[in-house]
Amino acid sequence: MSLFGTLSPEALPQNPIVWAAAVFMALVVLGIVFLLTYFKRWRWLWGEWLTSLDPKRIGIMYLIAALVMLLRGFIDAAMMRAQQSLSVGASQGYLTPNHFDQIFTAHGTIMIFFAAMGLMWGVINLIVPLQIGSRDVAFPLLNALSLWLFIAGALLVNASLVIGEFAATGWLAYPPLSELAYSPGVGVDYWIWALLISGVGSTLSGINFFTTISTMRAPGMTLMKMPIFVWTVLSAMVLVIFAFPVLTATVGLLFLDRFADMHFFTAGYGGNMMMYVNLIWAWGHPEVYILVLPAFGIYSEIVPVFSQKRLFGYTSMVIATIAITALSFSVWVHHFFTMGAGADVNAFFGIMTMIIAIPTGVKIFNWLFTMYRGRILFYSPMYWFLGFVVLFTIGGMAGVLLAIPGADFQLHNSLFLVAHFHTMIISGVLFGYFAGFTYWFPKFFGFTLDERWGIRAFWCWFIGFLLAFVPLYILGFMGATRRLAHYPAGLGWQGLFIVAAVGVAVIALGALCQIIQVIVSLRGRDLRRAGSDPWNGRTLEWATHTPVPSYSFAHIPSVEARDALWDSKQRGDKEVSSYEAIALPRNSALGLIMGVLSFSIGFGMVWHIFWLAIGAFLGIVLCLMVRSFNEDTEYITSAEEVARSEHSYLGV
Amino acid sequence: MRVESTQEFSLAERTTFGFWVYLMSDCLLFASLFAVYAVLHANTFGGPSLGSLFSLPTALRETLILLTSSFTAGLALLSANRGKVGHTIAWLSATALLGAAFLAIEWSDFASLARGGSGPSRSGALSSFFALVGTHGAHVTLGALWMLFLIVSIALRGLTPPTLRRLTCLVLFWHFLDLVWIFIFSIVYLMGAF
Repeated sequence: MSLFGTLSPEALPQNPIVWAAAVFMALVVLGIVFLLTYFKRWRWLWGEWLTSLDPKRIGIMYLIAALVMLLRGFIDAAMMRAQQSLSVGASQGYLTPNHFDQIFTAHGTIMIFFAAMGLMWGVINLIVPLQIGSRDVAFPLLNALSLWLFIAGALLVNASLVIGEFAATGWLAYPPLSELAYSPGVGVDYWIWALLISGVGSTLSGINFFTTISTMRAPGMTLMKMPIFVWTVLSAMVLVIFAFPVLTATVGLLFLDRFADMHFFTAGYGGNMMMYVNLIWAWGHPEVYILVLPAFGIYSEIVPVFSQKRLFGYTSMVIATIAITALSFSVWVHHFFTMGAGADVNAFFGIMTMIIAIPTGVKIFNWLFTMYRGRILFYSPMYWFLGFVVLFTIGGMAGVLLAIPGADFQLHNSLFLVAHFHTMIISGVLFGYFAGFTYWFPKFFGFTLDERWGIRAFWCWFIGFLLAFVPLYILGFMGATRRLAHYPAGLGWQGLFIVAAVGVAVIALGALCQIIQVIVSLRGRDLRRAGSDPWNGRTLEWATHTPVPSYSFAHIPSVEARDALWDSKQRGDKEVSSYEAIALPRNSALGLIMGVLSFSIGFGMVWHIFWLAIGAFLGIVLCLMVRSFNEDTEYITSAEEVARSEHSYLGV
Repeated sequence: MRVESTQEFSLAERTTFGFWVYLMSDCLLFASLFAVYAVLHANTFGGPSLGSLFSLPTALRETLILLTSSFTAGLALLSANRGKVGHTIAWLSATALLGAAFLAIEWSDFASLARGGSGPSRSGALSSFFALVGTHGAHVTLGALWMLFLIVSIALRGLTPPTLRRLTCLVLFWHFLDLVWIFIFSIVYLMGAF
């Protein structure tokens, strides 16, 4: 066994496209290092950000990582559509089939685990503590650890681009293709370790936020006075706690198959590959709701504020959320009706799938009734919301069609399915987080985002989306399956694939508009200064200053009604002028260190560098021991300092 | 009962609550492995049935040792709540010893299976057996190591709020592993034998 395990110079990229990507990544990293050194910002980066246990900072770090991964996943998507509009008949396009397979695997893995999940954790970190009137989460260091495990997983996926290869199996790595016999390279191992590490991080976050919401709400905030966003997060956390261990177990067993020659999912030796598909979707379907419920929560915050009216049907919204949470565990077989489970089983899961559309419909109607007779302010978050209603309804109807097993047999693994779930996730999840981004941006940065560029971005995304995915619905009906690197010219699909590729270009324009929006807003920030409550908000995050001080609230608010801030504004509550000392967690580098060590475990296991993996594991144990002997984990901001800071905010 | 305000939960209460939630998620990990065992336990790929490979008296011995260790762990927590450092350490040490005895028996059982050609890569059935029972064993190992570390911490620092908090979690963890073992004993060993 050599010092570097199975790692050898052959692991470096062999093909010019990957070389270009590697060089680009290296240049970006070097550029960041240069800027940090030139502006002497290393100490700032370390002290203010990397070691911070403040959920507001952690949330912003999640968002940055997630947006980078979103861009990476988008580039993968564009490469696929470019290949598919070129690779027809005699032309083989510009990607080899194996490279194409790696790209669609990376696209799915990145978008779900590192873009969508990252956006979700970011928004939860920023908003949940503030909305429940808390200064912190239940376990601050654990929260930082979750962030760094997430980043370690994301880095493993990106490392695979340069060192070795990524899985070429599809984003859920179905066996037997993902078994050692058929995928002997390191690609699937990268996939396994990226998911194991970030999955543990997600489970820990789920526990952390469930505990936070359960035990740290402001005095008076009973369950039925919580903002809907907090309700949806609480439900999503229940799903995280119940679903992610299943993912960890399943992926862990696949690892044992590949590493220890076991036979859980192999084709021979008494393995059962359909068990993998069942297990992975027992996580996978709840995962859809883990992503979409908090986005529903964001819409439920935005619609009342911009309709200047309280949310219609709060109680039914809560019940619908809980119903979706419960039902989401009873529909997983609809991902593989073609398994052959029999008519009775398929009928049960088909009916359950249709039933889950009912609470979702309740939510849609609640939002629309909230708008009805409201004095609607058409800011860009409302554009994202209305775009979502249109697209989500279309995608939802396609979903109910797919829920009929007989129809599904025709459409299984076709581009119709791809179009369906992209409609759900882009409008339901991505538009939701974009709306939330615009809505909450001023709270953390002190200025609002430019509206004109925001609305341009929306139209590009909306029209681009239709151009990119309506052809896919049609292609699906024409028999085009997903993940095709090449097809015969006689099928007549090329025109529609070209339209889809044009749609991707329009979406890229939308993303460009968003980048311009941030730059324009940043440059004109003095004209766009936002007070603590720029939208005339209803919930507690708007009750504190902008940008939010490290201690969040000088006084823990006391809650008497739903829409706590709105209620307090109606009653004309006065600021209290006496202050008390506040204790907050000290910075700690342990989260970052354990993240680096986890990355080392993953990298060591992928390349069979066992001294590295074992050493890193022992390092994590040592970190935990060091932490347990450290009793000085908090710092105190004295009452005078709080008063000084408060007065500077209030301009006294 | 109506909980009007929730922020007065102490750190100890919050930690215990969070640990309970963690145990629930761990429950799902074991549930997945039990499901895998249920699907695969008959897929012996031409080998003998799993039940004929196990020795029921050995499994019973393991069960009794683990149950006793749960009792001594409970006594350790009772002593700790009464502030008796010496008693706490003594009962914890007894628990760790019983845990080590359990692991020794399990390990020799695993080793003899592997020697007899019934290792984890023999068949899907044996893979699922080793994954389920082995994951429980790995949990017991980590729990025992955590216990040793906690014994040292309590000896050095006494029963401070942090050590008490950790002891509470550890004892919960230990009882939880006991409960999982009861299911393993019933489903894997008893149902395999009869």
